[in-house]
Amino acid sequence: MVDLKEKIGKLCPSATFEDGEVLRVSVAAGEWRALAEQLKNDADLNFDYLVAVIGVDWKESLGCIYELTSTATRAMLEVKVTTADRENPMLHSVSDLWKVALLQEREVFDFYGIVFIGHPDMRRLFLRNDWVGYPLRKDYDANPEINPIRLNLEENEDDSVTYVENENGEVEKKEYKLFEADDYVVNFGPQHPSTHGVMRLRTLIDGETVKRVVPVPGYIHRGIEKLCESHSYPQTLMYTDRLDYMSAHQNRHCLCLCIEKALGIEVPRRAQIIRVMMDELMRLSSHLLSYGCMTMDMGATTAFFYGFREREQILDIFDKTCGARMSLHYNVIGGVVADVHPDFIKDVRELCAIMPERLKEYHKLFTGNVIAQTRTKGVGVMTKAEAINYGITGPSARATGYSCDVRKHSPYSIYSELKFDEVLESAGDSFARYMVRMREIEQCVSLLEQLCDMLEREEGNEYCAPKVPKLIKLPVGHWFQQVEASRGAFGVYIESDGGKNPYRMHFNSPCLNLIGVVDLTCSNYKIADLITITASLDYVIPDIDR
Amino acid sequence: MNIFDFGVLTNWFDNLLESVMPSWAATVVECVIIGVLLLAVYSVLALFYIFYERKLCAWFQCRLGPMRVGPWGVLQSFADMFKILIKELIRLENIDRFLFALAPYLVIVASMLSFAVLPWGKGLQIIDFNIGVFFMIAASSIGVLGILLAGWSSNNKYTLIGAMRSGAQMISYELSVGLSIMTMVVFAGTMSITGLVEAQADGWFIFKGHLPAVIAFIIYLIAATGETNRGPFDLPEAEHELTAGYHTEYSGIHFGFFYLAEYLNLFIVSGIASLMFLGGWMPFHVPGWEGFNAIMDYIPSVVWFIGKAFFVSFIIIWFKWSFPRVRIDQLLALEWKYLMPIGLFNLVLMTLVVVYGLHF
Repeated sequence: MVDLKEKIGKLCPSATFEDGEVLRVSVAAGEWRALAEQLKNDADLNFDYLVAVIGVDWKESLGCIYELTSTATRAMLEVKVTTADRENPMLHSVSDLWKVALLQEREVFDFYGIVFIGHPDMRRLFLRNDWVGYPLRKDYDANPEINPIRLNLEENEDDSVTYVENENGEVEKKEYKLFEADDYVVNFGPQHPSTHGVMRLRTLIDGETVKRVVPVPGYIHRGIEKLCESHSYPQTLMYTDRLDYMSAHQNRHCLCLCIEKALGIEVPRRAQIIRVMMDELMRLSSHLLSYGCMTMDMGATTAFFYGFREREQILDIFDKTCGARMSLHYNVIGGVVADVHPDFIKDVRELCAIMPERLKEYHKLFTGNVIAQTRTKGVGVMTKAEAINYGITGPSARATGYSCDVRKHSPYSIYSELKFDEVLESAGDSFARYMVRMREIEQCVSLLEQLCDMLEREEGNEYCAPKVPKLIKLPVGHWFQQVEASRGAFGVYIESDGGKNPYRMHFNSPCLNLIGVVDLTCSNYKIADLITITASLDYVIPDIDR
Repeated sequence: MNIFDFGVLTNWFDNLLESVMPSWAATVVECVIIGVLLLAVYSVLALFYIFYERKLCAWFQCRLGPMRVGPWGVLQSFADMFKILIKELIRLENIDRFLFALAPYLVIVASMLSFAVLPWGKGLQIIDFNIGVFFMIAASSIGVLGILLAGWSSNNKYTLIGAMRSGAQMISYELSVGLSIMTMVVFAGTMSITGLVEAQADGWFIFKGHLPAVIAFIIYLIAATGETNRGPFDLPEAEHELTAGYHTEYSGIHFGFFYLAEYLNLFIVSGIASLMFLGGWMPFHVPGWEGFNAIMDYIPSVVWFIGKAFFVSFIIIWFKWSFPRVRIDQLLALEWKYLMPIGLFNLVLMTLVVVYGLHF
């Protein structure tokens, strides 16, 4: 392990360092680009995975936090880049180094108005083009007269813009067209059976062949990050269940972990076991849904019902303990809201007992089918390097052989005590992604069995830490926490100014990165493959549109 | 063969009419009655088929299916039909109005024409040509025109892709359907529908015809599923890709026509399968078992025919609810690289079997 401080200090002498859980480097806007290239390409540093680009408004300056990880050494680094120019903030884009920044920088532009020089497609990502102002800035005027509810249709914007720096250091604005006038562009969505929500894929097709896909998210953007800034910490918890609703527990677990880390609260062991059990049940239910939806999208409607049959059983378990099936609201700061239902262990054991048989049924019905195999094998191939570069995590990344399970690499809660395998496939195609999920179901069942035993043996009966303050105020500082949600690494970034509301809360969702690879994986395949590939990537729209 | 001949009834009715009116008037009256009867049977069968498929699919999927309207939900499809009938026909801007309105009629006319030549029972043949099979194939292929027009005139990208797919698919798969039917025509030596059924009095073709008949049956089943745009070949309306394919823009009874025609086409291809391979309305006989054969003869021929058609439909529905959908390139490769060459080879094989008398 190299000494990051020394190394970066040499590369960029003006950088300042801030120690913490993760080393934070602050660099000036002008030096960021050169440092980024070094961080990515230097053999010792090798920060090849950009986890998140988080825009923050520090009032006196605007800027971004870049969360970086090296997949080889698992070293982590935070880079803070600021610009004092509030009128015309500009930073250099790193989207050519880390492709994941293509969408994430657009998000920052959308909410903070920071223009990224060199970004190929500098349009708003979520908001309408006629939106006035940048809502996550602290001086944003939320007066409804400035941004009324617009009842007119949004014009299809084929014009895109990119900012290029010329030799004299001047930034030039260049406009170009996304599609030509005689391109045959078909909209998949926002209302479409296979986009699994209100998501729009503008697809350029040539006959039956997909040439290019331009995703247009934002149809259900709720501005959760903005809302969180005016809520107290316990109030922000409820939004996590509404991000990726198929990872409601894991998302909420992540936010709770982050707040507990900031407050230094010790979570009772019983609560930890329950939390992890719920996480795994959620993952199981999510993978069953994913099986159902993928088979359904490929026309095997019957398989869909088989997957949903077992999912229903899991939802019943949630219903008994949490009182809800979808938005569970079960984790609270310091533990869980109530102890599990008396039948909980019995129900989970019943589920674990039937799953191996049911899995055989799924394989019989779909996996072994010749049509299913020919339609998924070799379709939508993504390599390991691409997965890392586009920031893909979760089952879709593990299908390329990229080991990225947060539960293994930076274990949280009680995962380090549990025995499970990280499921890896190597082909990187739709079939591999599908198989990773099916094999993870087996791992979930094995984990649940271990956890049932642990919960039965557990003598403590505290399900929530006793010393959680009534009014939660986080100390001044910033924290970043990741968990393995059903679709990949879900991250929460909190910046606190010591008040009862977060100063900045960012949710780093796995699904936003997934739509970044739709174009990469679908180009030059058939229309039917577009559906197969997007189904196998398995994104959930509310997680993209936070 | 002691099975009841419905010809007795129809002749009696014909004589009755002729006794009270001139011959031409009798023919006109008969035509009207037959037309009305056909329409009635057509719609009732379609409604039954909708119910049949919904129930079967529900059972395949561990569900109950429609249960609320009437006992076991039997009235559900009547309720659905009523809903479709009273729905608004939405007028779209920027479409080819004439072709848009014409398309559903072409589809339904094609399916009714081929429906009319099916051998319903002994003596229940509406019209008995010597080229009945040829007429049936010709009539059923008008349907693709309607689908192409529907997709084109809707001025919608989904419908256009759906129509192009269906054009490619139906024309390709008609070849295999035609070839397997031709194989059986070679075996029977006649194109008359009554002739085909009568030729199976001593054993259904699927039993008599040896290997080539079995191959032809399998090819026919696959190709017929393809020709009727049913899963796993339901690409033209692949709802997960093209929302509803060629009929995305249709509403009310116009959509209803496509819907009815789709189910009736299922019945028609099943009917043709039972005519060509399973003996039409011929009862099941085992040579030598006189008592058994006599009992079989008591079952009316109409029941035999419809029962066989339902059985074949069951197999096709079973396909649909088990398999994922194929992709367009796989679909065409299956037809042009496998089904058609095998079908051609099979035709030669059947000719040899007939020439050398190798059949039972």
